[in-house]
Amino acid sequence: MVHFTAEEKAAVVSLWAKVNVELVGGEVLGRLLVVYPWTQRFFDNFGNLSSESAIMGNPKVKAHGKKVLTSFGNAVKHMDDLKDTFAELSELHCDKMHVDPENFKLLGNMILIVLATHFSKEFTPQVQAAWQKLTAAVANALAHRYH
Amino acid sequence: MIIEAEKAIILSMWGKISTQADAIGTQALERLFASYPQTKTYFPHFDLRPGSAHLRTHGAKVAAALGDAVKSIDNIAGALSKLSEMHAYVLRVDPVNFKLLSHCLLVTVASHFPADFTADAHTAWDKFLSIVSCVLTEKYR
Repeated sequence: MVHFTAEEKAAVVSLWAKVNVELVGGEVLGRLLVVYPWTQRFFDNFGNLSSESAIMGNPKVKAHGKKVLTSFGNAVKHMDDLKDTFAELSELHCDKMHVDPENFKLLGNMILIVLATHFSKEFTPQVQAAWQKLTAAVANALAHRYH
Repeated sequence: MIIEAEKAIILSMWGKISTQADAIGTQALERLFASYPQTKTYFPHFDLRPGSAHLRTHGAKVAAALGDAVKSIDNIAGALSKLSEMHAYVLRVDPVNFKLLSHCLLVTVASHFPADFTADAHTAWDKFLSIVSCVLTEKYR
């Protein structure tokens, strides 16, 4: 089980309070689909994903991005209990969605980079480190029930 | 493979980045050591505390090498040939670490130039850094 120090929890929680989940969620998923186009394989029914502007403006991308990041918000509330928090989602991603867990790492890094663009100087190396730990732990939790 | 439009993005962004190249190189290293402490094992001889002279000197070296790669973007292997040999025969940094540093470089650039770091720019830089990483590990075996 991952242990977060009080400082790491504080860094995560205080930044999260300022995150516009709808906006950032859309940007995170959009960037994933632009920067790693092979991830589009999971979203055949999303319509036009043919260019950066098409992807970033795509309403289905924005909606799904918001859904994904809202779920991530659950991680922030349960940092000490990620495996149980994401048990069901883990099974879903394995059995129904057939998502390679490598993609959880890619998405995690997209979260980091979008946070960096939004928070700039506030996104210090220490804040980044706390978030790296969280995204890695969530990726592990989501992969935990794979079989 | 980097396409012409991506080269243009990299060249124009480098114009801005180069005015703070040393600071950016240094911050990328700070982020690397903070997020991925295992990378410190390659620097037992350094003072790695934030702000240290070692960090600033090494950050400047990293930035300079990237600048060389940008200036010879059509022949990165040629520009970084000596550095590639050094990494293969002397430094022998495990290849996994190039991804970690590349990610921290992207985070640093993103935080310094948020308006410029669009998804397309992000893609261009990610590809460029992948190529640099490949060049630096291509003589390993």
